[in-house]
Amino acid sequence: MKMIHSLFLINCSGDIFLEKHWKSVVSQSVCDYFFEAQEKAADVENVPPVISTPHHYLISIYRDKLFFVSVIQTEVPPLFVIEFLHRVADTFQDYFGECSEAAIKDNVVIVYELLEEMLDNGFPLATESNILKELIKPPTILRSVVNSITGSSNVGDTLPTGQLSNIPWRRAGVKYTNNEAYFDVVEEIDAIIDKSGSTVFAEIQGVIDACIKLSGMPDLSLSFMNPRLLDDVSFHPCIRFKRWESERILSFIPPDGNFRLISYRVSSQNLVAIPVYVKHSISFKENSSCGRFDITIGPKQNMGKTIEGITVTVHMPKVVLNMNLTTTQGSYTFDPVTKVLTWDVGKITPQKLPSLKGLVNLQSGAPKPEENPSLNIQFKIQQLAISGLKVNRLDMYGEKYKPFKGVKYVTKAGKFQVRT
Amino acid sequence: MSAAPAYSEDKGGSAGPGEPEYGHDPASGGIFSSDYKRHDDLKEMLDTNKDSLKLEAMKRIVAMIARGKNASDLFPAVVKNVACKNIEVKKLVYVYLVRYAEEQQDLALLSISTFQRGLKDPNQLIRASALRVLSSIRVPIIVPIMMLAIKEAASDMSPYVRKTAAHAIPKLYSLDSDQKDQLIEVIEKLLADKTTLVAGSVVMAFEEVCPERIDLIHKNYRKLCNLLIDVEEWGQVVIISMLTRYARTQFLSPTQNESLLEENAEKAFYGSEEDEAKGAGSEETAAAALPARKPYIMDPDHRLLLRNTKPLLQSRSAAVVMAVAQLYFHLAPKAEVGVIAKALVRLLRSHSEVQYVVLQNVATMSIKRRGMFEPYLKSFYIRSTDPTQIKILKLEVLTNLANETNIPTVLREFQTYIRSMDKDFVAATIQAIGRCATNIGRVRDTCLNGLVQLLSNRDELVVAESVVVIKKLLQMQPAQHGEIIKHLAKLTDNIQVPMARASILWLIGEYCEHVPRIAPDVLRKMAKSFTAEEDIVKLQVINLAAKLYLTNSKQTKLLTQYVLSLAKYDQNYDIRDRARFTRQLIVPSEQGGALSRHAKKLFLAPKPAPVLESSFKDRDHFQLGSLSHLLNAKATGYQELPDWPEEAPDPSVRNVEVPEWTKCSNREKRKEKEKPFYSDSEGESGPTESADSDPESESESDSKSSSESGSGESSSESDNEDQDEDEEKGRGSESEQSEEDGKRKTKKKVPEGKGEASSSDEDSDSSSSTSESEMTSESEEEQLEPASWRRKTPPSSKRAPATKEISLLDLEDFTPPSVQPVSPPAIVSTSLAADLEGLTLTDSTLVPSLLSPVSRVGRQELLHRVAGEGLVVDYTFSRQPFSGDPHMVSVHIHFSNSSDTPIKGLHVGTPKLPAGISIQEFPEIESLAPGESATAVMGINFCDSTQAANFQLCTQTRQFYVSIQPPVGELMAPVFMSENEFKKEQGKLMGMNEITEKLMLPDTCRSDHVVVQKVTATANLGRVPCGTSDEYRFAGRTLTSGSLVLLTLDARQAGAAQLTVNSEKMVIGTMLVKDVIQALTQ
Repeated sequence: MKMIHSLFLINCSGDIFLEKHWKSVVSQSVCDYFFEAQEKAADVENVPPVISTPHHYLISIYRDKLFFVSVIQTEVPPLFVIEFLHRVADTFQDYFGECSEAAIKDNVVIVYELLEEMLDNGFPLATESNILKELIKPPTILRSVVNSITGSSNVGDTLPTGQLSNIPWRRAGVKYTNNEAYFDVVEEIDAIIDKSGSTVFAEIQGVIDACIKLSGMPDLSLSFMNPRLLDDVSFHPCIRFKRWESERILSFIPPDGNFRLISYRVSSQNLVAIPVYVKHSISFKENSSCGRFDITIGPKQNMGKTIEGITVTVHMPKVVLNMNLTTTQGSYTFDPVTKVLTWDVGKITPQKLPSLKGLVNLQSGAPKPEENPSLNIQFKIQQLAISGLKVNRLDMYGEKYKPFKGVKYVTKAGKFQVRT
Repeated sequence: MSAAPAYSEDKGGSAGPGEPEYGHDPASGGIFSSDYKRHDDLKEMLDTNKDSLKLEAMKRIVAMIARGKNASDLFPAVVKNVACKNIEVKKLVYVYLVRYAEEQQDLALLSISTFQRGLKDPNQLIRASALRVLSSIRVPIIVPIMMLAIKEAASDMSPYVRKTAAHAIPKLYSLDSDQKDQLIEVIEKLLADKTTLVAGSVVMAFEEVCPERIDLIHKNYRKLCNLLIDVEEWGQVVIISMLTRYARTQFLSPTQNESLLEENAEKAFYGSEEDEAKGAGSEETAAAALPARKPYIMDPDHRLLLRNTKPLLQSRSAAVVMAVAQLYFHLAPKAEVGVIAKALVRLLRSHSEVQYVVLQNVATMSIKRRGMFEPYLKSFYIRSTDPTQIKILKLEVLTNLANETNIPTVLREFQTYIRSMDKDFVAATIQAIGRCATNIGRVRDTCLNGLVQLLSNRDELVVAESVVVIKKLLQMQPAQHGEIIKHLAKLTDNIQVPMARASILWLIGEYCEHVPRIAPDVLRKMAKSFTAEEDIVKLQVINLAAKLYLTNSKQTKLLTQYVLSLAKYDQNYDIRDRARFTRQLIVPSEQGGALSRHAKKLFLAPKPAPVLESSFKDRDHFQLGSLSHLLNAKATGYQELPDWPEEAPDPSVRNVEVPEWTKCSNREKRKEKEKPFYSDSEGESGPTESADSDPESESESDSKSSSESGSGESSSESDNEDQDEDEEKGRGSESEQSEEDGKRKTKKKVPEGKGEASSSDEDSDSSSSTSESEMTSESEEEQLEPASWRRKTPPSSKRAPATKEISLLDLEDFTPPSVQPVSPPAIVSTSLAADLEGLTLTDSTLVPSLLSPVSRVGRQELLHRVAGEGLVVDYTFSRQPFSGDPHMVSVHIHFSNSSDTPIKGLHVGTPKLPAGISIQEFPEIESLAPGESATAVMGINFCDSTQAANFQLCTQTRQFYVSIQPPVGELMAPVFMSENEFKKEQGKLMGMNEITEKLMLPDTCRSDHVVVQKVTATANLGRVPCGTSDEYRFAGRTLTSGSLVLLTLDARQAGAAQLTVNSEKMVIGTMLVKDVIQALTQ
């Protein structure tokens, strides 16, 4: 497996603004095959991730309006490369706060140093954020000011000890004055609701994100009130698998900082509570250039919590020219170019249900759209894990101090779609 | 200093005329007018002593590289900073070096010594990073250096350094695939490593260098299985994929006897699926019942693999999950494969690229193992927001999963999809419906009706696609569908998509007896519009005409002839051909009667219905999860997944037997113990000693064998059998494993040989057990040799060990032990040594003379007559010490004036020299009359590098830019030393400092005189007297640093010779070897 030969970063307008080679140099012209495929694909989402060219294979990902195009010469599992490229994008995000062309260009030297450490001869070397941060310090405003005065550098002069230990995800010698461990249980409801309001498909996907700032080498174990709810779990490498298998306890020495502890799916036997309902009536009249649009949102099975942060996004058919709507709550925008209607609703108050209604202007003479657009809904419920998952306790071993512990629950809409 | 200004400056700076996009950057235009100037600016910054300026310059250079700009002309300026103290500067220099070394090989060599120093650093991380950069410089000349470094790092104490060594293996392999055999040895050694850090990297190297050597895995198989869970994610993927292949060659197919075993299997398999402990238990019982004619029992190693990979399905990395999934798909019994479905479905929540790859694999799997994904059917439902390529793949999976029970739900879903705005997706859905209809007989009518309804759809693409699918469906049971055909016939008026029109025409022609009235009418209409139709439609019109002519010639005869005449003059030759062919077939004529009688049979033969198949069918002959599978074509370097063997290969090969194990670990331990003493520079002295195969090391091994046999004879009375056995062992080991690794032997010798010279017996045994068999080439030489040597040695057999001792003890590196033994046997041994020396001296035919011929590089031109406007300048390397400065190479410069005016004021102008190089100018020549010549001597300190010295030659009127580049052989001066001194010095310059190369001496180059002359002509070295004929030694010191350069040429075998250069200056050594070989073989 020769793995990754070269990497090109390409922005939306097709400029190659960064290239890195881990072996002999591959000419930029190899990207022409990519541009060709991009042209054929019409939109960015449909560019095939794997493209075969006469001498190379191109494996690309699309993240944050950028294409990461890697050049491969021989057989390699495509997911291996895709996973790695996403890891690179994650690292940029982690270092610069955003993974954008501007951020990458501003920090081109750090980017280069990172890429140099992450791959050796095209094979991944150091990809753990904890190790990388020991090797190359992330830029901060303060540091860049200090550096420009003192002439010191971003490259750590300490050697990355984590790389040598058998817990490569944690750096040594961590010290905090306030020792804290926070866990966010975030659940997302994926659902397809059909025209009549019945659920075609629904499931709950959850993650536990941790923010751990603990000194030394803490050994944590996290237990749940109802661990059987978790049907399919994927773990951060720090978790001891055996312990989970036998006791259903998450036992681990955490990385320092923010990381995703587990992601899980709630078993499909449990019925999924759908917190909102939508009443909709969308119709286009035959032989006339207008249609009616009327939607109302209301709470359903919301467990007594407030539903907030509601937005409704609708991709209207191409023949729609404009929309004349009135709303009882929030605000709406319609982009006549992309034909996307966005309604920012906010909170639902059960006394007065928010609605959006009005007329749709169609291109005259064009046949009426056959399909009504589906509605994509976003919402958020604080302090609730919709599956009912509850953390029981968090214990710490190996260190003497008493950490501050916290768990936060939140439920969100995932891919929540209402067909009309 | 922040990176931001660095980048923007670069942006500005790069604004050349060729780059309009940055041309209007106001900040730059004024300051940097051109690329050339800007680089000068960078060079200046790099030459300063200030780290901050260097850093700034490097940042700008790296930014240039990142943009894909060429920064190669800065190479000399950058490479000097390779030893910079500032760690960030150093890292950026590394980045630069790795990028450009390939293009500037000679200059890149200047940096090598820095890395070589790094390789010996006490800090493991510095050792590792030095090896990493060294191995990333793609310069073929350093292959031997890399090889040595890798070998050494492979036995480093630090697992991190060993991991780096594993990473370096594929790099070296891609640079020089001739090193394969040696690299395999290193891989074999590293495969035995027990740390998780190394495992992934070495398997990666294995896959790259020698994936066919599956035998190397046997002994490590169980260890790899057990380590797997602790290996880092990337390594896991590589190991799992390799083990999949391994298992396919070593175990029996778990599915082969499944039907026979149904009942038994169910118990075992379900047990193991639910609970691993229980599963293992039941398996044991199954294994216990083995003799009771059970046809298939899973090999416990096979089970081990399945059990140890299963937890990795819960990895956060999609690549690992996919790797395990493919392993289960290819290796697990049917009943167990199901566990992977859940994990794969989980990946569908991931990034769209991950979804794309996973869905492709699910599509393939769902054809073979439909049951496994059925519970997750709804997870493949399509959202309007999915990208089209994902939608189409999900549709594929849904179609594969559809069966009698779930088809109503699937069709209901399809109905929603048909109304989508994404037309490509709708077309795919229609095809999917067609496939469902063919696969599931029960819903065929429903589907057909649904499709017919779609015929009234407003979108033409939808209609066209429906027609195509309907056509295929109708072929299955045409009789019942006269109505549909009529309906389709009507559509010809409206539908414009050629494929659909062609399909309708074909249908009407094929089933014209069902629509006897309509068919001729359709033909009439088509005849009218014939010329305007697309080619595929035209062909079908001809087809329809022919068929109607055969069934209903009364009504259609004229129409057919009309169509055929139109077609006869068509632009497309296919259509013309078809028309001619059809006419001959159907229209009866006098000659062609035979065929036309059968025309009906030809045209109206019953045709089998098409099978609508998934494009993913049979894709599983590619290993799932691979690039080849995704592309459905063999990618370069794809390793075929072998079929299960018929008979299970011997499973005992994986046994790591206890005795061997302990021996192994003993060896390991010993190695570990020895390390502090031997691992570093001293350790190297061993193998190289035997590698140059100088007479001493040879006599050593020889004398040992002779003394061994001697002792065997003498003690034969006491215990014959024992002795025999011993001897056999000793011989066996010697002949089989060749002379083994001289390293171990000599190492052993030193401590043991102290007091007792007779311990050689024991010795050879232990050495054979500690062998590593690195120098296999050696054995051949030795085996050819012994006859002559044996004859010589017996008389001195008793003395030989002593002399050997001396030579070993002379290696000053062993200081602690060396002091002691010298004292007691000193009297004997020194005298013996003197004895031997004398002996050898008389043997030698060549009186040690110091030839100092003129350099091979004769007169070289510095300035041509034309370029110099009449002034001709040549130079020679005089090889005389330069009077002013001993570090300088003296260069004689010959001027002659071929013009017809005198040239006045000849002198050297301000030289522009690379760092370290300095020039001692010659005194100004005031005037050179026409036709006259003059000679001047100047000294150049090349700083032990082959970089050119550039300077200006000025006359009163003109300046000429000239440059002198020295051949490597001129950078040194001869030194005189005795053979003993030579060996002593050579002993200090082993390992990394030694370069050995084999060569064939041509016939013209066999005599002593020629060889010596050629060598000394190439390099300014002095001959060292030598004890044996056919062996030549030369010594010299580099001028600037005074490092020793020792050259040994061993030409004892006819033609074949071995050249060894020992020097601290590795680069010089390497280049010298190259030059000398070139000189000798020319």
